[in-house]
Amino acid sequence: MFRKRKKSRVEIPTTSMADISFLLLLFFLVTTTIDVDTGIDLVLPPWVDSAEQVAIKSENIANILVNEVGDVLLDEKIIGVPQLRSEIVSRIKANPRLIISYKTVRDTPYKIYIDVMDQLKLAYRDLRDEYSREKFGIPAEFANEDQIQEIRQSIPQRISLAEPTEAEG
Amino acid sequence: MKFEKKIAKAEQSIPTASLPDIIFMLLIFFMVSTVLREVEVRVQYSLPEAVALEKIDNKRLLSYIWIGNDERIQIDDSILPVEAIGDIAYQKRMNNPNVIMSLRIDKGSRMGIVSDVQQELRRADALRINYSALVKL
Repeated sequence: MFRKRKKSRVEIPTTSMADISFLLLLFFLVTTTIDVDTGIDLVLPPWVDSAEQVAIKSENIANILVNEVGDVLLDEKIIGVPQLRSEIVSRIKANPRLIISYKTVRDTPYKIYIDVMDQLKLAYRDLRDEYSREKFGIPAEFANEDQIQEIRQSIPQRISLAEPTEAEG
Repeated sequence: MKFEKKIAKAEQSIPTASLPDIIFMLLIFFMVSTVLREVEVRVQYSLPEAVALEKIDNKRLLSYIWIGNDERIQIDDSILPVEAIGDIAYQKRMNNPNVIMSLRIDKGSRMGIVSDVQQELRRADALRINYSALVKL
């Protein structure tokens, strides 16, 4: 009457599981881009009306102007881009309140603009590194969060972007 | 003398039962770390190179603006005139106050267009920017 069912082992074949997951893995491997975005950080000045502009003593300003052919002028004297770093470092050491006013004309090539900006950032990096070595005895890259905060407060980046003007002449 | 092949008596097979698990672990790692590209870049550009670069830790804060070698400006998925950037940047800043605008600008561009974009960003109060650049070797 009640025949006992024959016990059969029910199994899902899992041998191909590895292959399937390999396929998925390959898909994600191919589509993944592990590229780290790198770039030069900058904070733009807030939007103000021209009436609110503050006059700054001229001895506290270093004027950098890049003209349309890519010549770099520091306080109206022409200077090579690689020399900017050491020049700015020594100027800020002489006057810690120095503000760098960075001006371009509308036809300045963007590449030169970035090159100069790079030099300015390197100059600040040198200064901060030196401060960190003197104060904490370690290079700035090994400083912890608090130390980084202190370094940043002691040596703030004072780069002011002036609006580009039309090329003259 | 009889020559016989020496065959070990032990079973010779690599256990593959845990293979799927290992693969799944790898799979999950890649699934989690993948950020699928949301937008299609329609302008051609080659980035400038620099030394004093900073890595951006948090990709989710980033919002891109491309300026191609033909001075076309792309933001999100569309090519836009300069005047429209301010409004979009303002929207982005409303949604995410810490937004970093990453400017991916062709190295052959002129500063005129770059500064126009920057003025728009200032108007929108999206002040944190990042000039995207490659590592100079």
